[in-house]
Amino acid sequence: MCDQTFMAATFGPCDSCGKTGPLMNIYIKNEPVNYCSFCVEVMAYRGLQKGETLETLRQESDTLKKKLEEERGKLNDVELHQVAEKIEVVGALSIKTRRVLKGHGNKVLCMDWCKDKRRLVSSSQDGKVIVWDGFTLNKENGVSLPCTWVMACAYAPSGCAVALGDGLDNKCSVIPLSLDKNENLATKKKSVAMHTNYVSGCTFTSSDMQILTSSGDGSCALWDVESGQLLQSFHGHTADVLSLDLSPSETGNTFVSGGCDKKSCVWDMRSGQNIQTFENHESDINCVKYYPSGDAFASASDDATCRLYDLRADREVAIYQKDSIIFGASSVDFSLSGRLLFAGYNDYSINVWDVLKVTRVSILFGHENRISRVCVSPDGTALCSASWDHTLRIWA
Amino acid sequence: MSSKAHGSNNIANARRMVQQLRVEASIERIKVQCSHHLQWVSKASADLMNYCSEHARNDPLLMGIPTSDNPFKDKKTCTIL
Repeated sequence: MCDQTFMAATFGPCDSCGKTGPLMNIYIKNEPVNYCSFCVEVMAYRGLQKGETLETLRQESDTLKKKLEEERGKLNDVELHQVAEKIEVVGALSIKTRRVLKGHGNKVLCMDWCKDKRRLVSSSQDGKVIVWDGFTLNKENGVSLPCTWVMACAYAPSGCAVALGDGLDNKCSVIPLSLDKNENLATKKKSVAMHTNYVSGCTFTSSDMQILTSSGDGSCALWDVESGQLLQSFHGHTADVLSLDLSPSETGNTFVSGGCDKKSCVWDMRSGQNIQTFENHESDINCVKYYPSGDAFASASDDATCRLYDLRADREVAIYQKDSIIFGASSVDFSLSGRLLFAGYNDYSINVWDVLKVTRVSILFGHENRISRVCVSPDGTALCSASWDHTLRIWA
Repeated sequence: MSSKAHGSNNIANARRMVQQLRVEASIERIKVQCSHHLQWVSKASADLMNYCSEHARNDPLLMGIPTSDNPFKDKKTCTIL
């Protein structure tokens, strides 16, 4: 089913024959064009060069892949955990549940911290979006969108708005927050992004003016909030994109995305180009998160492993796995210094990994169903986890 | 979806993939020649370690901060009346 829904990435008039219908976004000589499936077929047969068959192309693709691996392998002189042998072991952690946030009526699918380090927004499958004060457990704002399935939510950098990604409407909307408790925020919802399949992830860029979305239609896109215009689209994944994360470095204009095609890709936001691709996971990648310095990122996958990729070495440098962990990892986040990696799993627990020594430091128990998201607060004092058991927990 | 369309789509996909790989392979060759973009894993790992060490003392979850400084930890202990 995923395959079929991905095929029609856009709908409109075909660039070749003019008929309106589902179109495939393809590249001819690096130029993106939208052809209907009939024209793609005609063009593909006509365009085959002499002697080129599916088999020869596949062979060429395999040799090129091997060549790339070879080049990458030449720089792999030592493992990360070997380099980290001289560093001190992480001391015993005293992380416990400090707050349990109850109020959602269904699975909590996503959450995000506000830059003020105390407020957080969470969204659930029953269409409710709640803004909480993490210190007092006060529910500051609540929005009810009963016909939606809010799979992603993000706080604006200013703290004045939230972005919500829809699983049913395929839209990403922005809602301005107000201090007036009586105001019906649902009426102020403004649609910004339009995809052809569910919106799996959304985030604001450096300001409130632009949002970046990832979607089940296999693409990511950058939108202008004010006009709703599509500024840049990112194509390259061959299946649903499940997660994205913006680079934390000031000079970085890149983001990383991961999806059901087991690939994680790093993109340049201005040109829309795919800079780097990593294909190590053995199953869907559920979450990707940048290391605090911006030089590496971690990914969590249904294959029960989390992996660390270094962008300058251009390869996977660590795999966080254990024989006893057999359930998929749904979400990851780094602690402030990047020494700890918190990963939420489908076996209801959160494993805390030592990033450098590649060992497990601790396990956090408490939730009664799958963890959907883990997120460290902006100043690193607390970790918040959202779960299918309808609650959120703050650990500190 | 007819098998014919599926077949041609495979070809279109394969060509696209080969084109992308050709581009990547040429980039890789240039990178290795210049050798200031790609780094040895040992150097990259050392950089990650340095970052961790520099920021470790500011990491509340790693180091643990006193209860009085942590807004999430409850300050008062319970007393039995």
